Amino acid sequence: MNRQINLAQAVLEATAQCMQDDGSVYIMGLGVTDPKGVFGTTLGLEKKFGAKRVLDMPVAENGMTGIAIGSALVGMRPILTHQRIDFMLLSLDQIINNAAKWHYMFGGKMKIPIVIRLLVGRGWGQGPQHSQSLQALFAHIPGLKVVMPATPYDAKGLLVSAVEDNNPVIFIEHRWLHNTLGNVPLEKYRIPLGKAKVVKEGKDLTIISSSYTTLEAIKVAELFKNEGINIEVVDLRTIKPLDELTIIKSVKKTRRLIVIDSAWRSFSVASEILAQVAEKAYQSLKCAPVRITFPDAPTPTGWALSNHYYPQIEDIINTVKKMLKINKPQRSEKVLDKPLDVPDATFKGPF
Amino acid sequence: MKIDKKIAVFLYYHMLRIRMIEEKIAQLYAEQQMRCPVHLCIGQEAIAVGVCANLLKKDYLLSNHRSHGHYLAKGGNLKQMLAEIYGKSTGCSKGKGGSMHLVDLTVGILGTTPIVGGIIPVATGVAFGTQMKEKDNLTAVFFGDAATEEGVFFESLNFASLKKLPVLFICENNFFSVYSPLAVRQPKERDNLALVRSLGIKGSKGDGNNVFEVYALAKKAVADIRKGKGPYFLEFDTYRWREHCGPNFDNDLGYRTEEDFLKWKKKCPLDSLEDKLIKGNILSLSRIESFKRNIQAEINRAISFAKNSPYPETEEMLSDVYAK
Ligand SMILES: Cc1ncc(C[n+]2csc(CCOP(=O)(O)OP(=O)(O)O)c2C)c(N)n1
Repeated sequence: MNRQINLAQAVLEATAQCMQDDGSVYIMGLGVTDPKGVFGTTLGLEKKFGAKRVLDMPVAENGMTGIAIGSALVGMRPILTHQRIDFMLLSLDQIINNAAKWHYMFGGKMKIPIVIRLLVGRGWGQGPQHSQSLQALFAHIPGLKVVMPATPYDAKGLLVSAVEDNNPVIFIEHRWLHNTLGNVPLEKYRIPLGKAKVVKEGKDLTIISSSYTTLEAIKVAELFKNEGINIEVVDLRTIKPLDELTIIKSVKKTRRLIVIDSAWRSFSVASEILAQVAEKAYQSLKCAPVRITFPDAPTPTGWALSNHYYPQIEDIINTVKKMLKINKPQRSEKVLDKPLDVPDATFKGPF
Repeated sequence: MKIDKKIAVFLYYHMLRIRMIEEKIAQLYAEQQMRCPVHLCIGQEAIAVGVCANLLKKDYLLSNHRSHGHYLAKGGNLKQMLAEIYGKSTGCSKGKGGSMHLVDLTVGILGTTPIVGGIIPVATGVAFGTQMKEKDNLTAVFFGDAATEEGVFFESLNFASLKKLPVLFICENNFFSVYSPLAVRQPKERDNLALVRSLGIKGSKGDGNNVFEVYALAKKAVADIRKGKGPYFLEFDTYRWREHCGPNFDNDLGYRTEEDFLKWKKKCPLDSLEDKLIKGNILSLSRIESFKRNIQAEINRAISFAKNSPYPETEEMLSDVYAK
């Protein structure tokens, strides 16, 4: 079926279907019942499922996370939302010390099936405390799963799997993806956690990406296709567990690797992937692999600076050219004709 | 409430100034040159002005995301504030912070941050530091009703009480956390004064739209703190007129009623003060006009300073990550 909805609607639909099928699923977070409904991802849920299962909460992230964890211990399946990933940093203690460890430290006797939905902000002066991409931080912690969808289709299927998973799952949504459209079946379906997806087949070079960077990778692959160069794009979809098999298979095929990671360079997911490739496929590589990341600095607020902070399509294009030793000018740079601190021309702030 | 005439005029002038600056920001925001979130304090000016009028230049101030008023009332540099909102290199944070990260060390403003509650322990620590260094600066910290739900609020108050720190906690209760009303966040029975008193901290509550009341309560609190009696907590009820973030009105969303909004607008802290001062023959209309001209000229100078200032150089993006 060709039904197009945006990623925010896909998240909403997955949530509603999970709540419909399982009375122990509930959703809690600042603003889930307000008129904007967490950027549209929770709109109408309260009306459908009642205030008991769809609730706003005190601004007390650490406490509320612990409370969600406790409820999970006695059979509930909470979804906790945060409008920015930065706000849930207050609850790292509960997430890392309790949620991630409970199953293990009590010998597998209990489980914490909790989903924590986090939004990454970007552009329009989100600045150092409203735009952090912390996937590596969570992926580092044993016991947590980390999911980063790129398309509406994946968002729905991955969220359903996350809610049904018996572990704490960190579900990271990029603000700039919420309004992107895609085909999404109406029925409930699942996408397994821990499986990457080859979204474009190619033989000349592999780009590994996730979340918003997958859109950039696809754009670049399409531009090069016109030049007869076939780039393979692997969308990670799940950061932890990382789908090493798909990564290594692709690198062995194309023998060139770029990883685009929307996060700081050092100690990043990109770094981990390069390490995996170095351990398992270094002989296949024709040239050194490249990480395209943010520089190791907090996000500046002013747009004059943040424009240069985020890698642009042009940077990816130039990296590909360098690796493939192409000097031909690409017709591609047209894509840059847009303001750089907004997802699209309709965006007028203030957040 | 009896109040010195000179002080009354001072309070009026600074409230008017903040109001005019905020209205100007709201107007200019539409030009799309201030490309960062702004949280306006229109309707809440009396708290910033009434409290800060009791602070000395050497006293410290820390605050949250809705801090333009606090910054200006404490004597922060208007040109640098506007340049910061415009993302310019002449901004108080060199274009790296934006509206939510204001600083002016020349008047004791040590920083403003938008993570709800995050600034409260930092302010408590500032007071702790001054105590350890045996300095006599007082520290004031502004936050909203939502921040009193965070764990760090209780942790900080506990420590401040334990060490009898010279810190003034000021809660601006505008009833909303973004669009979430108090009713979904705090039990009806909750009483912040009882709460802080149970921690051994003195507190009072007042009408945040009555600047004389704010001024008087803050005066008492500051005097107590300066005498070494330890921390003090003030809570003021007030109302934010515009949307949570941005320049517009948002009553159409339906999270609060138009009636409620109009009721509070009638209680405008600035208009009611103006009324009192005119009726009491403390201020004439012509003097008010001259205030407005003065302030307008100051704003115009600051706006053109901000607009004409250069953007930071690209390399600046990587500077200031580590201190030298
Ligand atoms: C830790 C944290 N959680 C959530 C948010 C999102 N947020 C931004 S402002 C705000 C409401 C703040 O309300 P209040 O403290 O009462 O101040 P007001 O905006 O009403 O002046 C919230 C929840 C945040 N910035 N930080």
